[in-house]
Amino acid sequence: MSELEQFRLETREWLEANCPAAMRVPEAGDDDQYWGGRNPEMSHPDQKVWSDRMGEKGWTTPEWPAEYGGGGLDKDEVKVLRQEMSRIGARTPLHSFGISMLGPALLLYGTEAQKQEHIPKIVRGEIRWCQGYSEPGAGSDLASLQTRAEDQGDHYLVNGSKVWTSYADKADWIFCLTRTDNTGTKHEGISFLLFDMASEGVTTKPILLISGYSPFCETFFDDVKVPKANLMGEEGKGWTIAKYLLTHERAMISGFGHSSGKKTLSQNAVELIGMDAGGKLDDPVLRQNLAQLELDAMVFGHTMSRVTDEAKAGQGLGEAASIFKYYGTELNKRRFELMLSVYGEQGLAWEGDAYDNGKLPRAWLRTKANSIEGGTSEIQLNIIAKRVLGLPS
Amino acid sequence: MALVLNEEQLMLKDAAAGFLQEKASVAALRALRDSRDEAGYSKELWQEMADMGWAGIAIPEAYGGLDYGYIGLGIVLEQMGRNLSVSPLQSSVLVAATAIALGGSEAQKQALLPAIASGETIVTLALQEGPHHAPHKTAATAIADGDGYVISGRKVMVADAHVADKLIVVARTAGEPGDAEGLGLFLVDREATGVSTERVIMVDSRNSGTVTLDSVQVSADQVLGSLDTGSALLQQVLDIANIGLSAELLGLCLESFERTMEYLKDRKQFGAAIGTFQGLQHRAAEMYADLELAKSVVIRSLQAIDAGDDNLSLLASACKAKVSQVAARVSNEAIQMHGGIGMTDEFDIGFFIKRARVAQQTFGDHSYHLDRYATLSAF
Repeated sequence: MSELEQFRLETREWLEANCPAAMRVPEAGDDDQYWGGRNPEMSHPDQKVWSDRMGEKGWTTPEWPAEYGGGGLDKDEVKVLRQEMSRIGARTPLHSFGISMLGPALLLYGTEAQKQEHIPKIVRGEIRWCQGYSEPGAGSDLASLQTRAEDQGDHYLVNGSKVWTSYADKADWIFCLTRTDNTGTKHEGISFLLFDMASEGVTTKPILLISGYSPFCETFFDDVKVPKANLMGEEGKGWTIAKYLLTHERAMISGFGHSSGKKTLSQNAVELIGMDAGGKLDDPVLRQNLAQLELDAMVFGHTMSRVTDEAKAGQGLGEAASIFKYYGTELNKRRFELMLSVYGEQGLAWEGDAYDNGKLPRAWLRTKANSIEGGTSEIQLNIIAKRVLGLPS
Repeated sequence: MALVLNEEQLMLKDAAAGFLQEKASVAALRALRDSRDEAGYSKELWQEMADMGWAGIAIPEAYGGLDYGYIGLGIVLEQMGRNLSVSPLQSSVLVAATAIALGGSEAQKQALLPAIASGETIVTLALQEGPHHAPHKTAATAIADGDGYVISGRKVMVADAHVADKLIVVARTAGEPGDAEGLGLFLVDREATGVSTERVIMVDSRNSGTVTLDSVQVSADQVLGSLDTGSALLQQVLDIANIGLSAELLGLCLESFERTMEYLKDRKQFGAAIGTFQGLQHRAAEMYADLELAKSVVIRSLQAIDAGDDNLSLLASACKAKVSQVAARVSNEAIQMHGGIGMTDEFDIGFFIKRARVAQQTFGDHSYHLDRYATLSAF
């Protein structure tokens, strides 16, 4: 038996013994996700059990180095772990911006002390992170941010405000872009700070969205003291880290809404709308739109595979990945618009148990943010035009 | 299978690109058109391509081919698309040789595949009868007569009809026009009694033709495969043909897009390169995204032919629908972004949109294949 087969057997056995039954059914929605943190919110007590067990093995971040508490698995082993988890329908044990965004940047740019301090807590879900990027006056033009961090000898004094900070009201720590210098160009003088949201002078205020949910906050900093040791990378060079981290955020957002192997939208349409005498969906215009959507989704899936395969084979420059955020989010918006067409007026009910308390319209409205957050579609098109196609400025 | 080309395939791609740029470029197409060439293609060039093995690239070695698979043929077709190269590769190799290899008897394969691979024989499919691709509407008949059949009907849009040695004629042996079943494929000599052909030059300057079959007598051994499986064989051939045409269209799109991007960088108006304008930049970036999707579905589909995937029909329709849609957008934008000069015959960009439209329509365009994709997906 090869080592990999041995690993598969052991993994299967461990998952069987350690994944609670309640964690083998899909999440009921965003409210049913486990995010860890100092005061974890739970819809089921086994969420913490499952996350803690996986975190202990480092399998919440299987590919991260074992010396910082990660799983230390190679690519093939990670693949096996994912296959085995999917075989029993195991949930993602821990949702975390520490994992999807900060961690990769911390491993690359953090000091040894910072890695030792923060990575294990991310892996074990002990600290929940939020991202302090956008400001009221710095959205698409992120580099024009104005939150100040003044050098006070042993610490920085942070003043300013952030907006669209996801789950800031529930987060324990923040990774935050601040301005330490405004004498150069706007991309210079930005510094990447890590600090505790419990620090004196930090306040948050949730923003009610058109979906009725408040996943984002306004975050205010009033004379917040941040120790110098919490600077990540060099002072004034935070933009490089910010950009690196954005690529991870964009990869995450472009994956939103990918179907989870349930019924296709066209199959739902057949049930709800029926067929005509010729055996075609009894709404020819909707049929055409559905066909185009499902075809495009399939081909987009092939494109993500191709780009991964090209990277593995050392072919090309990986430029095609620049379309993922743009195309994936636009596709997701199209899918939800078509869902409304398929489910009809009933699909727009907002409250009432009979209508799932507006799950569909709320999710549909949420998708409108996909092409705004993490760089708007227009910003992504600018990036493709200038960096990939080489069109002049 | 990884969606990338291997070393051998990358070498083939480079070799094909080099050869075609030198000998079968847009300039060669222009010269062919302007000289009103009788054959409509260069026989010398076709022989050179055959000598390199291209005419037998997907044909098994046992029948004189190179056995590089359809991925190999797709690579050559993509480069032909980039250069708008004219040759019987589509009619005789992509379509006819595929039909013979998939459906032919051992004797038919022995007789025809090596001859196609060597470039000495040209065979073409005579299928369409009306304005659109609609195989089920076939009205031409093949009526049993002793041991053989008598074929009558009129075929249009037959590629390379007037220069072909043999035709693969699709004719109805059962049922009525409109029935998907009941079709047979027959190997007919172009010079057989009762066959007449008339050349038609298409908007892309390539050969097409009208074929009239007036009580043409064929023997039982001229049936390609068996009559029971004719409709299924035809679908299989058309799936492969559409994937091959998509590969050619992809090359055409990439070349015309790259030329357009160069123009955006060069052309100045209002004191700046027009490529600085966001109104054009965003359209260019959207096309780039579309082209990346087109590349993916083409390589996936070519690999699926060689792997014998059982969902090939769905993939073939996805491929032709997507690539046709992208080709329409990219070729239209190529003219628009070039402005006035794009409308002139002297400038080459106009050749691309002409070839694009013909290749899009051949064997079904975006709307035909989107409809088929939905039908195959059961809605």
